[in-house]
Amino acid sequence: MDNVITRALTNLGHRVTSRIRRLGFASRFFAMTLVYSGTALKRFNLTIREIYFTGVLSLIIILVSGLFVGMVLGLQGYDTLQRYGSSEALGILVALSLVRELGPVVAALLFASRAGSAITAEIGLMKATEQLSAMEMMAVNPIARVVAPRFWAGIISMPLLAALFSAMGIFGGYLVGVQLIGVDEGSFWSQMQASVDFREDIVNGVIKSFVFGVVVTWIAVFEGYDSEPTAEGVSGATTRTVVTSSLAILAADFVLTAFMFRGV
Amino acid sequence: MSGEPLVEIRNLNFSYDGRPVLTGINMVIPRGKVVAIMGQSGCGKTTTLRLIGGQLKPTSGHVKVAGQVVHDLDDDGLYRLRRRMGMLFQFGALFTDMSVFDNVAFQLREHTDLPEDLIRDLVMMKLHAVGLRGAHRLMPSELSGGMARRVALARAIALDPMLIMYDEPFAGLDPISLSIIGELIRTLTQALGASSVVVTHDVQESLKIVDYVYFVSAGRIVAEGTAEDIRRSDAPYVHQFVWGEADGPVPFQYPAPAYADQILPGRALHG
Ligand SMILES: Nc1ncnc2c1ncn2[C@@H]1O[C@H](COP(=O)(O)OP(=O)(O)OP(=O)(O)O)[C@@H](O)[C@H]1O
Ligand SMILES: [Mg+2]
Repeated sequence: MDNVITRALTNLGHRVTSRIRRLGFASRFFAMTLVYSGTALKRFNLTIREIYFTGVLSLIIILVSGLFVGMVLGLQGYDTLQRYGSSEALGILVALSLVRELGPVVAALLFASRAGSAITAEIGLMKATEQLSAMEMMAVNPIARVVAPRFWAGIISMPLLAALFSAMGIFGGYLVGVQLIGVDEGSFWSQMQASVDFREDIVNGVIKSFVFGVVVTWIAVFEGYDSEPTAEGVSGATTRTVVTSSLAILAADFVLTAFMFRGV
Repeated sequence: MSGEPLVEIRNLNFSYDGRPVLTGINMVIPRGKVVAIMGQSGCGKTTTLRLIGGQLKPTSGHVKVAGQVVHDLDDDGLYRLRRRMGMLFQFGALFTDMSVFDNVAFQLREHTDLPEDLIRDLVMMKLHAVGLRGAHRLMPSELSGGMARRVALARAIALDPMLIMYDEPFAGLDPISLSIIGELIRTLTQALGASSVVVTHDVQESLKIVDYVYFVSAGRIVAEGTAEDIRRSDAPYVHQFVWGEADGPVPFQYPAPAYADQILPGRALHG
């Protein structure tokens, strides 16, 4: 009995320390990525190429999801608002939900599963097939040449994707609310314009998506670089990227929201 | 064998997680010579190359390349040294997101400011040397194993290094490519004045081109000598290896419990 408990405790202790150690590695890796970012920024075409792979290829899924989320918001919002006789406020409801919350969060979740997993798998496979080793032997730092461009590409793409998601969502809300249900078009747009605050709503939304971009790409490049150099290792790392970054996005969203909209 | 050697390994020990892989290695690679490291699978040949390239740090002893102790160098020093080394990886390790041409051009673009048309000429020269000039547009996934290895070879020599390490250059090559690549290793060494280390199992082919051979078994050097010495040697180890005999001092099995203990029914669970 005693034995079982001590073993369980030892096990738990091991798990906790190894998690903490990994977090330490990840932080060191983050710092190294920043230190070696010179190449990615100086030879910006390396980063642009990665923006194409991470950003442009996520575009379809982001646009389509944005449209559907916006259409659902239109339906749900109208249903609730018309009970209080304020259905012309639909524009505000759709825009604020998207810009403040759904745009950054849902776009980041989609980005994590579309682009984040791809980044992890790519870097993990490069490691497993000794491409990273070969690069090191050719006196080229893989963190500077492979990791940093992907990292910056993710950070640049994320806010843009979130903005496109929100824009598409607002369009979806407009389609359902105005075109389908028949909410007054003038008040839909004018109320939206009047109530969405640039600093309070738009800037805060952009800050969120920027933070999510850092978190997701950091996790993705680290998991890839740190993966076991085998097929199972890479697939495990890919799954971990999606799970960890989704949780991290939601947790970070809570913290950021608590700070940003305290006074509202 | 005069002058200061390019690579000097002294009393080198290395272990992976406490399991010794190399013990008491002493090795010298003179300038302008081709040296072979032979030994059965898993004896530590690739590990030796990685130690020379500074990708692994010895547990004790030292590795000197061009007068510098590799594992004492800082990152900058190590990278400066590696620019003058070329390595052919055992499994090619081509960059899968780049074409054959871009793979060979990689170091030229990273480390030099040469104009693109000059790079093109240099790359074509290297590809021509390995017989793959016509394949420069292909992606690595479109190459056969032997072709990939030849591209990797062209990439390893792109910057005309002073030390070229070949990890199994002959594996997966047909007899014609094999003797051409063998010749190439020889001529490169002469033309560049470089030193070459060839890790190989292919005793007959490599004895034609090498100046000196080290035989490694279970992480120790068990025999060494010039190609002539090796051919004539009657040391049981060398004899077994050169003539490919199953019986002799070289164990074919990775260390394991007695076979009978593992396969006899009823006792099988102990393994
Ligand atoms: N990353 C590693 N972690 C732990 N042990 C390793 C690792 N890489 C190699 N080894 C062990 O080190 C020993 C030597 O490996 P090495 O790759 O140098 O062999 P080799 O002589 O190149 O064999 P081969 O001819 O099959 O390529 C082997 O017993 C192997 O099990
Ligand atoms: Mg090997």
